[in-house]
Amino acid sequence: MRHIISILIENESGALSRVAGLFSARGYNIESLTVAPTEDPSLSRMTILTWGSDEVLEQITKQLNKLVDVVKVVDLSEAAHVERELMLIKVRATGKDREEMKRMADIFRGRIIDVTESTYVIELTGASSKLDSFIAALDAGLILETVRTGVCGIGRGDRILKV
Amino acid sequence: MISGAEIVIRCLQEEKVDCVFGYPGGSVLHIYDALFKQDEVKHVLVRHEQAAVHAADAYSRSSQRVGVALVTSGPGVTNTVTGIATAYMDSIPMVVLCGQVPTQYIGQDAFQECDTVGITRPCVKHNFLVKDVKDLAVTIKKAFHIASTGRPGPVVVDIPKDITAQLCEFDYPKTIQMRSYNPVVKGHLGQIKKAVQLLQEAKRPIIYTGGGVILSDAAQKLTELAHKLNFPVTNTLMGLGGYPATDRQFVGMLGMHGTFEANNAMHYADVILAVGARFDDRVIGNPEHFGSEKRRVIHIDIDPSSISKRVKVDVPIVGNVADVLDELLKLMDAGFKTDPEVADWWRQIDEWRGRDSLRYKQAEHIMPQYVIEKLYEVTGGDAFVTSDVGQHQMFAAQYYKFDKPRRWINSGGLGTMGVGLPYGMGVLMANPEAQVACVTGEGSIQMCIQELSTCKQYGLPIKIINLNNGMLGMVRQWQEMFYSKRYSQSYVTSLPDFVKLAESYGHVGMRIEKPEDVEPALRKAFTEHKNDLVFMDFIIDPGANVFPMVAAGKGLTEMILAEDL
Repeated sequence: MRHIISILIENESGALSRVAGLFSARGYNIESLTVAPTEDPSLSRMTILTWGSDEVLEQITKQLNKLVDVVKVVDLSEAAHVERELMLIKVRATGKDREEMKRMADIFRGRIIDVTESTYVIELTGASSKLDSFIAALDAGLILETVRTGVCGIGRGDRILKV
Repeated sequence: MISGAEIVIRCLQEEKVDCVFGYPGGSVLHIYDALFKQDEVKHVLVRHEQAAVHAADAYSRSSQRVGVALVTSGPGVTNTVTGIATAYMDSIPMVVLCGQVPTQYIGQDAFQECDTVGITRPCVKHNFLVKDVKDLAVTIKKAFHIASTGRPGPVVVDIPKDITAQLCEFDYPKTIQMRSYNPVVKGHLGQIKKAVQLLQEAKRPIIYTGGGVILSDAAQKLTELAHKLNFPVTNTLMGLGGYPATDRQFVGMLGMHGTFEANNAMHYADVILAVGARFDDRVIGNPEHFGSEKRRVIHIDIDPSSISKRVKVDVPIVGNVADVLDELLKLMDAGFKTDPEVADWWRQIDEWRGRDSLRYKQAEHIMPQYVIEKLYEVTGGDAFVTSDVGQHQMFAAQYYKFDKPRRWINSGGLGTMGVGLPYGMGVLMANPEAQVACVTGEGSIQMCIQELSTCKQYGLPIKIINLNNGMLGMVRQWQEMFYSKRYSQSYVTSLPDFVKLAESYGHVGMRIEKPEDVEPALRKAFTEHKNDLVFMDFIIDPGANVFPMVAAGKGLTEMILAEDL
């Protein structure tokens, strides 16, 4: 099962390596990981996309909670939540492809944020599956470079992760 | 205003630390200078930093106080890693203070620099790099707090040299609050009630206890509970002494080298009350085989991640073992009654006991089991027994009947050879009047043998029981049984003359080759040489093996017994 783990962690040097080290030492998967300070600069919020059985997920949350710097851990995917990922993709945009690329970006509600004579950089936000679909819809030969932020997510409504 | 170095020492005084184990070097010179100017905190100068950490670890194991080690940066730190990992695996509260190169040199590959926080991170409960002298006292306070609360463990504090020179007001916090660290102590009452119910329904119960009972100082409560229930009790290797081994209800240690009755009772129990134990691979054998019996499990542990990690638990109770046992005992007063069928279960257990699975044959050579039995007699069962890792460790665990907690000091989780001698030092620093026997082998003892020098300097009268078979016995046993007797690198040649070696350090050496000399030699060591370190080199039967044995990958009931061979 795919899970999105949200972690509030003390914003101290080495905090990231404690979490990453835990995952590698115990053989858990990290599909993506994003981290940045929250509105309270003493705290960072980390989002980890991982895969595992219920037993493995139980261990992951327990082990994360055991880390002294970790303040709170929530499995976002346990209940209603929204998730987003941002992708920047650089594509070849020459000749007839130039118009086609513009049209594809529009269809996926992407924005072209950098233009040269031969390339576009398209910004696309959405669920990870939407970003995957966009990549699949393009001619692979025209993709020059992609960069993705990894998933971040937040609970819906009254589900709030705060100290 | 005082210097950072003085702050370090003042913190140790505030924590009532009476002794630290360490080794000086460039980056801790300020701290050693501050240490020199006072006499509240004693310092034991070891001969290798690994021994400093092992000794601090044993100081803690044998006293319930936090052990402290002090080492310099770079190699000083890397030498401590084995000791830190050893303490981590057995959840021992310990603080390791490490020097670091000055702040402005960090990351520049300075002389004796290493990434202490990075290297130790996977084997500590937590670690800190102090970046500001103003944070020094509070960081050390946090280190002691984290090490000794919740599931205990080692904490490393990395202190750059410039920080120890800077001046600052000293203000040691009385208490500490951390929003990210609040271990649970009290168990959930509803869960404890469920446990009480389950204990009443049990027809084939077993109480299975581990190191958590000892760490939580709950041995007496456990005994009270077990007597009230009249259920059989088994201990893990780490749990020995948590329940009196001479008690009628004790069925012995369980696991890879557990007794026939303990392993069978564990496997066929319908209700397991697990207390401060973690169902590790050496305890339950093959998990599929163990899972083949239907049973219900109550698990009391302070660490939620220990629960349902390897064995599915029906009634999890997260909390401090002593507190939970207290609650359990309170709830058992009103009309509590165990099932009458438990009497049949006892008959079954007594039948298993009848196999006498620890029986061994005397031979022409000294049998290692016999040495431990005599050691038990001569010390009145009241010694602190430290051990190294291997066959001798299992013999000591099987044949020395520990009636009190904190008397059996060994590396259970990591299985670190070389701990025995420094463990003896730590025990004696914490318990200066104690009888201490270090049960070891000629392989293990050579891994920290330089500490014979430390023992001379501080007059530490450890009795070293060297079970010398000229073999790495446990490796040889596996090679004999599972590798068609291909004894690859398990034979130790060019052994020193241990008697002369001990004498060269100023100690007493003895070589014992005949079974009839075992007891007199032990008596002599513990009476006439009470105040000396005595190195007793017992030349034992090279073919002696540890039984019962559950081979790797086998089920708990698929034991090889001595009589099968």
